[in-house]
Amino acid sequence: MSLSIGLTINGQPRTVALDDPRVTLLDLLRERLDLTGTKKGCDRGQCGACTVLVDGRRINSCLALAASLDGATVTTIEGLADGEALHPVQAAFIEHDGFQCGFCTPGQIMSAIGLIAEGHAGDDPERIRELMSGNICRCGAYQGITEAVLEAQKTLAERNRRDAA
Amino acid sequence: MNRFDYIRPVSVPEAIAAAAVPGSAYLAAGTNLLDLMKVGASRPERVINITRLPGLDRIEWLPDGGVRVGTLVRNSDLAYDERFAKTFPVVAEALLSGASAQLRNAATVGGNLMQRTRCAYFHDLAGACNRREPGSGCDALGGENRLQAVLGWSEHCIATHPSDFCVPLAALDAIVEVEGPHGGREIALDTLHRLPGATPEQETALLPGELIVALRLPAEASSFSRNARYIKLRERTSYAFAVVSAAAALEVEGGTIRKARIALGGVAAKPWRAREAEALLEGKQATAQAFAEAAELALAEARPSGDNAFKIELAHRIVTRALSLALEGTPQAMPALPASPFPALSGANHVI
Ligand SMILES: Cc1cc2nc3c(=O)[nH]c(=O)nc-3n(C[C@H](O)[C@H](O)[C@H](O)COP(=O)(O)OP(=O)(O)OC[C@H]3O[C@@H](n4cnc5c(N)ncnc54)[C@H](O)[C@@H]3O)c2cc1C
Ligand code: SF4
Ligand code: FES
Ligand code: FES
Repeated sequence: MSLSIGLTINGQPRTVALDDPRVTLLDLLRERLDLTGTKKGCDRGQCGACTVLVDGRRINSCLALAASLDGATVTTIEGLADGEALHPVQAAFIEHDGFQCGFCTPGQIMSAIGLIAEGHAGDDPERIRELMSGNICRCGAYQGITEAVLEAQKTLAERNRRDAA
Repeated sequence: MNRFDYIRPVSVPEAIAAAAVPGSAYLAAGTNLLDLMKVGASRPERVINITRLPGLDRIEWLPDGGVRVGTLVRNSDLAYDERFAKTFPVVAEALLSGASAQLRNAATVGGNLMQRTRCAYFHDLAGACNRREPGSGCDALGGENRLQAVLGWSEHCIATHPSDFCVPLAALDAIVEVEGPHGGREIALDTLHRLPGATPEQETALLPGELIVALRLPAEASSFSRNARYIKLRERTSYAFAVVSAAAALEVEGGTIRKARIALGGVAAKPWRAREAEALLEGKQATAQAFAEAAELALAEARPSGDNAFKIELAHRIVTRALSLALEGTPQAMPALPASPFPALSGANHVI
């Protein structure tokens, strides 16, 4: 069975032919579209390394069937920077040492962007930690991650205020 | 993962017709189905994507004050819906205590209700499992069973149902609306999941091809909004299934309990409604003593199914705690750690 689906990936509309409906969004990105920034940790929804935004919402791409997402807009870590200019969440992770080996980092950053957009954490570190709990960090960089999310949230809010003015 | 035909119906009748063929499975977000397909514990020959079916993604308020939630409403959208969270706070708290933000963003109402057990042997094809393969035996019985059931189990299966969402739904008399090859019907959530008996493979009351289209909470359930809590004990602070959990909802007048609702999670193959314990509380003064007696009664029939006698004592304490926290009152804002038995101190340092 051959299926053709349309996806907008990092701003680019693409038509993807799927020869097999078993492909997850994660495998589609990594194995077929060469977007290897999104990581495969557990492949079972248990670690968050594969987090991407689908229609602006963070989800685990390892547990999403690509075929079921026909028409969706997908943002991955590769779609964040504007040329050489890092996204504020990326910059904050560097500034606050939000990683060590870096394997969980693309998932952490995509999850943080989703969290900030959802707007339920305020500036409460406990709420940030709880709402980032779907991203496991084997290196234990949690302290820096929490600080990075708090700062990036502030930066983005300021930027929004400036843009609105 | 086995090969399957991928089917994309565009209407509910078309989906039901497609699912009438044996070997079919409905696919919602896939966070449970794909997980099980990856290990081979589920092997549907036909996967029917229901996420594009029209009209199933709405939260509708009914004229009498009840609510009807379409099966495709995502767990996070329901939990953060302001009116829903205000009217049924114990349901919102249970939803937000489940899984992770990413999973809740994807997971649907129907998928959460219909998720399968997390019993490790059910997931592991090398193990004998009556639920997965009728008649093959139950490796959990003499195996790793500290998290298995303490109520309603049989020697054929000692698994638990893992949903948090279902626990307050059982307590609040939620109704599941179903469409199927022979028309529509309604099922009380409390009877949706079946106890194992001699047929653990018959997990729910749904007949082949039946599709959950919506969930309803009756208007009466809103009378508990001021005194309702879900409390969930986990082996880590967040992103973990319940070891045991309890939903408690009270209607209190001048210190007297007018109505009580209690259900437990993580203790049986279904969310466990404790009706006798509710009846014991009604008309009584809301005291620690009364809550302890209610918890005692809720667990009167409990017995270990293996290395899990500790869960009975934990469940006892969690019921008592949920009742006393419900009496204290529903928090103004959702706690930072929903359903946590830890005190809700902002900046608490149990994570770092
Ligand atoms: C790592 C991890 C941690 C988790 N932690 C928790 C937790 O703490 N608490 C908790 O409650 N849950 C937890 N979950 C489970 C999660 O809540 C479920 O996976 C999710 O709710 C399933 O919803 P879905 O839409 O993805 O369903 P799917 O995976 O698409 O479907 C699940 C099942 O329901 C059936 N189904 C779906 N919709 C319908 C319908 N409308 N009618 C009939 N049948 C239907 C499918 O055929 C399938 O058998 C966790 C999951 C993971 C992976
Ligand atoms: S407890 Fe139930 S699900 Fe687990 S192995 Fe036994 S039969 Fe299977
Ligand atoms: S790879 Fe998807 S959650 Fe681990
Ligand atoms: S930085 Fe190594 S896993 Fe997080």
